[in-house]
Amino acid sequence: MIGLTDFTMAEARDALRARTVSASELTHAFISAIEGARCLNAFVTETPERALDMARQSDTRIARGDARPLEGLPLAIKDLFCTKGVRTTAGSKILNNFVPPYESTVSQNLWDAGAVMLGKTNMDEFAMGSSNETSHFGPVINPWRAGNSNRNLVPGGSSGGSAAAVAGQLCLAATGTDTGGSIRQPAAVSGIVGLKPTYGRCSRWGIVAFASSLDQAGPMTRTVRDAAILLRHMASVDEKDSTSVDVPVADYEEGLDGGVKGLRIGIPKEYRIDGAPPEIEALWHRGAEWLKGQGAEIVDVSLAHTKFALPAYYIVAPAEASSNLARYDGVRYGHRAANTHDLTDLYERSRAEGFGAEVRRRVLVGTYVLSAGYYDAYYVRAQKVRTLIKRDFEQAFETCDVLLTPATPGAAFAIGEKSDDPVSMYLNDVFTVPVNLAGLPAISVPAGLSETGLPLGLQVIGRAFDEATVLRAGRAIEVAAHFGATPKKWWAA
Amino acid sequence: MSERGAKLIKGATDAWEVVIGMEVHAQVLSEAKLFSGAATAFGADPNSQVSFVDAAMPGMLPVINRKCVEQAVRTGLGLKAKINHRSQFDRKNYFYPDLPAGYQISQYKQPIVGEGEVTIDLPGGETRQIGIERLHLEQDAGKSLHDQRPEHSYVDLNRAGVALMEIVTKPDMRGSDEAAAFLRKLRTIVRYLGTCDGNMDEGSMRADVNISVRRPGEPYGTRCEIKNVNSMRFIAQAVEYEARRQVDILESGGSIRQETRLFDPRAGETRAMRSKEEAHDYRYFPDPDLLPLELSPAWINEIARSLPELPDQKKVRFIGLGLSSYDAAVLVAEKETADYFEAMLAEDAEPKAAANWLNNEVFGRLNKAGVSVLASPVSPAQNAAILRLLKDNVISGKIAKDLLDIVWDEGGDPYVIVNARGLRQMSDASAIERMVDAVIKAHPDKVEEVRKKPKLTGWFVGQVMKQSGGKANPQAVNDIVKARLGIGGQG
Repeated sequence: MIGLTDFTMAEARDALRARTVSASELTHAFISAIEGARCLNAFVTETPERALDMARQSDTRIARGDARPLEGLPLAIKDLFCTKGVRTTAGSKILNNFVPPYESTVSQNLWDAGAVMLGKTNMDEFAMGSSNETSHFGPVINPWRAGNSNRNLVPGGSSGGSAAAVAGQLCLAATGTDTGGSIRQPAAVSGIVGLKPTYGRCSRWGIVAFASSLDQAGPMTRTVRDAAILLRHMASVDEKDSTSVDVPVADYEEGLDGGVKGLRIGIPKEYRIDGAPPEIEALWHRGAEWLKGQGAEIVDVSLAHTKFALPAYYIVAPAEASSNLARYDGVRYGHRAANTHDLTDLYERSRAEGFGAEVRRRVLVGTYVLSAGYYDAYYVRAQKVRTLIKRDFEQAFETCDVLLTPATPGAAFAIGEKSDDPVSMYLNDVFTVPVNLAGLPAISVPAGLSETGLPLGLQVIGRAFDEATVLRAGRAIEVAAHFGATPKKWWAA
Repeated sequence: MSERGAKLIKGATDAWEVVIGMEVHAQVLSEAKLFSGAATAFGADPNSQVSFVDAAMPGMLPVINRKCVEQAVRTGLGLKAKINHRSQFDRKNYFYPDLPAGYQISQYKQPIVGEGEVTIDLPGGETRQIGIERLHLEQDAGKSLHDQRPEHSYVDLNRAGVALMEIVTKPDMRGSDEAAAFLRKLRTIVRYLGTCDGNMDEGSMRADVNISVRRPGEPYGTRCEIKNVNSMRFIAQAVEYEARRQVDILESGGSIRQETRLFDPRAGETRAMRSKEEAHDYRYFPDPDLLPLELSPAWINEIARSLPELPDQKKVRFIGLGLSSYDAAVLVAEKETADYFEAMLAEDAEPKAAANWLNNEVFGRLNKAGVSVLASPVSPAQNAAILRLLKDNVISGKIAKDLLDIVWDEGGDPYVIVNARGLRQMSDASAIERMVDAVIKAHPDKVEEVRKKPKLTGWFVGQVMKQSGGKANPQAVNDIVKARLGIGGQG
């Protein structure tokens, strides 16, 4: 039997419009699902009363024939988005009790479109991580398990709570943010769709900053169509964010099924990396064949500076983070150490107690690379690399329309498996990071299962502000892949 | 421009040249802060003018205030400086409770304004050019309050995020008088431009002064930076003291340590600031929340066209009207004063007479009363009327001053007052003769004396003027007294 939580967002929308289900019923179903899945630790804060209140208002509007585009659709919000009156932690102890008196532009856009908030999802602390293990609120558990195993796996990160909530059918869709892969990587290893829009497409106002020149909000959904719908209502130019860009937001759903006939698909040779499992290479190849089968043209391209992307990223992102996180000092809000004896002690202990190990590591790295005497060797050089990577993409897009790559170098791994080795953890983002450095849009679409029965994703990268083509190609993969797999609800047993 | 002997100061063994450069922080006149919509009024209740951006709440972003950019460009144009079509905001990172974000947004490598110059006016009508190195925009910090309660410190963020222009000069000044003259001139220019109110008492303009000494012809010496010198008088004192201190050290075989010093106005001396335990590394990098600032030439031209007549141009024009360089400099030092002067000219006052009248009579009274020219109880038209009465010999100079006092206290039309109170000058010779004769008759002893000391004629003139209540034409009285006493030539 199909339950209410089995709906895709588009199906739920249509059901609400047809009044075969009410927003309150739908919301109740998800609240129960969340309650039954607390062992996944996907949510930091649940807001059931607020959700039901919003759902009732949606039902009133639907009854009046006054429904907005996302009317009554229950969503989860990554705990990096400030939500007015609802605790916003960024996964950190230092913001353990922080309740913003303002609403982020992206979430406000969603509420203005009629969506319902179920709660705030768990995440790596300050979005720093690829496994959701750095959260102050504990790791999130991936709804997926390998065949024949009861081992808990990570959902990826940093938007791990959002990924698990969508994959575990605890919400119709969720918001994520992506600085180096934090939407696409968890989407890939959790068997859902994740879209990182072009830098500047969604406002960053009210999103706790990690690395300002890379951070971008995007949708995490069960289908490409849902991503198209949600993106349209997240995106906006915002006078409060100088880096948001005034390019009209299209109705991405409209052209979704336009197909890929005649589309030139670039295959970047540098994305064949040593040590990647053969199944990743095979999946990639299969993806290209699918698109070719639908009339696309496959083109070999080169992104020559790809191998410098990860090192450059791990200079630029920590540098910006070290500065962005300076405001968490225990003076005005957030965690303040007790019994401090002077100002320096207050700073040092509040921050040492408030930040976890990974955040401290990146603040130290960032502080180091910006220091006098090192700035030119690290930060300036990394920015030059960034320019070269951007140029690589521009040149590639002279001969192709989108790029097809694997989303991750492997499937979900076990909790604790990589947490002692930061570098191996950082390698999770090898395919996603260059896209952030270049500010381009990219989607991860579930495309198959690994040998052990875990989801794997393919990534489609597009030209700046060409989310429409990225979604269309993503949809073509989705159609060809017939993915359809969902995790067994072992937690609900 | 360094070899100017007049500026040297004498040490025990050598003559030394003082080299001065300045960094002036001028608060931009703007309703709102540099990157947030919060207000900027002075003296508001603590933390009443703080936005979420100013308090560095999570997820808040800066957005540049166009008005502040315009003000910086306007100032740059007023300093005859190069306006950079592309500039960049950087983060200057350091921890302090009055700096909520943990970084100050400033302009480090690419300031909005490049090189320019300021002409300073020195005593005796001499002028000099002082080079401007750059002007950049940056945020002010908040204020830590340590004196509210013994066991707590407080932070007032009202100033946090207020736009400042940091104006950096070249090391072109050569004495305390030039340093003070520069700051005075800079203040005049920004007040003309309306880009800073120049209120040093309220901290709207603060100067850090870099001072070094050298023997003429030598390379620059090691400099010390004197922080937050916040009045014209203190600048001169600080330079004098610091230059002397450095000369004494060098002449006794010591060397100058580059350091930041604080001027203590009470002791009249500079003192080394407590040296920080760790050297500051501000880790500057371009602020990723802000795009590079791109200015179109058309917009810059538009601002240039809207510039008012600046003090230097005005001074030249006033000299062309017959004013001395000194009088012209005094009048243009404040825009309001120059406007007042010009309003008198519009009432047909003769320029030279008006300038003298203002400088000798009106400004003194205003200063004494602590009243600004804008609030003067006597209008330009009333002053012009008094001068016209004087010029037409309707009243004497003495009466003119009395009349000014009357108008000051009571207001009214000077013509009406002169007629109503019988203040017209007495030029009728026979009436004056009668008064002179009466005085001579009453003081035979003085008549005797004046034969020996012709200078005593003045005493007779004074007596007659007194009797006439100041209304007698002094020249006529003088002539008649001399004629009656039989004294020729100069009295």
